[in-house]
Amino acid sequence: MTSLFYIEHANGKVSDQSLKAITAASQIEGDVHGLIVGSNIDEAVEEASKINGLSKLLHLDDAAFDNVLAEKLTQVIFNIAGDYDYFLAAATTTGKNVMPRLAAKLDVSQISEIVAVESADTFIRTIYAGNAIATVQTSDAKKVLTVRPTAFKAATTDSAECEVAKINAENIPSISEFVGEELTKSDRPELTSAKTIISGGRGMQNGENFELLDKVAEKLGAAVGASRAAVDAGFVPNDYQVGQTGKVVAPELYIAVGISGAIQHLAGMKDSKIIVAINKDEEAPIFDVADYGLVADLFQVLPELEQAL
Amino acid sequence: MKILVPVKRVIDPYVNIRVKSDQTGVETENVKMSMNPFCEIAVEEAIRLKEAGKAEEIIAVSIGNQSCQETIRTALAMGADRGIHVLTEEKVEPISIAKILAKICENESPGLVISGKQAIDGDNNQTGQMLAALTDMPQGTFASKVEIDGDKVKVTREIDGGLQTVNLNMPAIITTDLRLNEPRYASLPNIMKAKKKPIDQKSPEDYGVDVTPRVSILKVIEPPKRQAGIKVENVGDLVEKLKNEAGVI
Repeated sequence: MTSLFYIEHANGKVSDQSLKAITAASQIEGDVHGLIVGSNIDEAVEEASKINGLSKLLHLDDAAFDNVLAEKLTQVIFNIAGDYDYFLAAATTTGKNVMPRLAAKLDVSQISEIVAVESADTFIRTIYAGNAIATVQTSDAKKVLTVRPTAFKAATTDSAECEVAKINAENIPSISEFVGEELTKSDRPELTSAKTIISGGRGMQNGENFELLDKVAEKLGAAVGASRAAVDAGFVPNDYQVGQTGKVVAPELYIAVGISGAIQHLAGMKDSKIIVAINKDEEAPIFDVADYGLVADLFQVLPELEQAL
Repeated sequence: MKILVPVKRVIDPYVNIRVKSDQTGVETENVKMSMNPFCEIAVEEAIRLKEAGKAEEIIAVSIGNQSCQETIRTALAMGADRGIHVLTEEKVEPISIAKILAKICENESPGLVISGKQAIDGDNNQTGQMLAALTDMPQGTFASKVEIDGDKVKVTREIDGGLQTVNLNMPAIITTDLRLNEPRYASLPNIMKAKKKPIDQKSPEDYGVDVTPRVSILKVIEPPKRQAGIKVENVGDLVEKLKNEAGVI
């Protein structure tokens, strides 16, 4: 049995999400090979070659892959699919985009966002926005899986360099092209890898008030997130969204401010180590999952909190 | 141009999910069902493209038991022109749904397929991408903006770090994210009119697709409950507890 794990990277660094998700691959019997794709990626290749648990690293370094589109990347993996029994990637927007396309080309079902590996063909995943947990078994010979990164510990990158081999791009379709990217600029850490997160909900009332969260986040070195209600109301962009339809996070400390605690939000943060809820409605369901609750007006609390830190 | 919109019937998003005590799944008997919210966004986007003169006909497709007709009627009441109902009692997996949709694409030659990015029951997030693979079409997943320009469609996508824009040759597959639009409610006259719109009934066999599941569900359980902690009096208390008791700041 051999698994192929697709490794994401940015700015010369292997993505933290991939390092977590690759741990799921290591829990499946057999070797794990990594695949890393991009243009001018020597640095990331070097780091990836030292990931613990990886026995071989394939890399594709090609200007055509400066931006990795699903149509092209799927073909790259499909070209070498004959050598592998398992195909895995982190359930990021890239993994979610590419892996089902691969699964269909291989004529297999995909198991999405697994949170645990039970055995060679049996996996655990959440359904209904985290309201139920399903154990599922696949009968497909080749298995395509995406992995929820927060459910696994990150692999370290301090092992000796594994075997590294180059692959080439062949039969790459040209039915789509990259136009541009508008990445949210922030001095804050990324939501999915932050140790501390402070999130705002509808109680923040508008986008400007998120500055109050920014100030506290500054003091804590925290990332700023939001509930779906705050995103729907247009306070902040969608990439702030924590929840089943947004990002799933599990930081050391999660501070929910003006968030009622809809089940879809809880699904995205309830694995956090410590949860703090600040809400003036003491009946808010968020208090049912909070380790520390403060029933108070957030507009009073946030400046005080900034001062106290 | 035709637009094909697959729509799925799911447990209403505002219903509390109850896991069955025999651990075989979740309770669906006597539970309110609705169109998957992401599919509603897909129907709305198709209607807006038609209203803007970019499309002539919208076909809503649903795959499942007899009640899926209601979901198709909802799409027709919103503004879709006709429906295709693929009747089956089997629990059809995304790969088989994609195969049926691929056959329908072969018959109907739509310029765009717009589907939801995921259904809120299985949370799979697969069908659109799989259909794109089977039809060799490009895919614009998690769309927050769709602009048709000649024989290309420009799709702005919600990605982890922000937004990405791609240009796709048509025909293409688009899957919808939350911010793409706000779906309309069907008006009463349109609900009445929808009753006269045609729905074709088909079966998976008509399309030569074997829908036997490949994934079996061994067990479904409730998630572990998190215990509520304590209430603190003020910010000073909170900071003290986070520092000394929890040790997280």
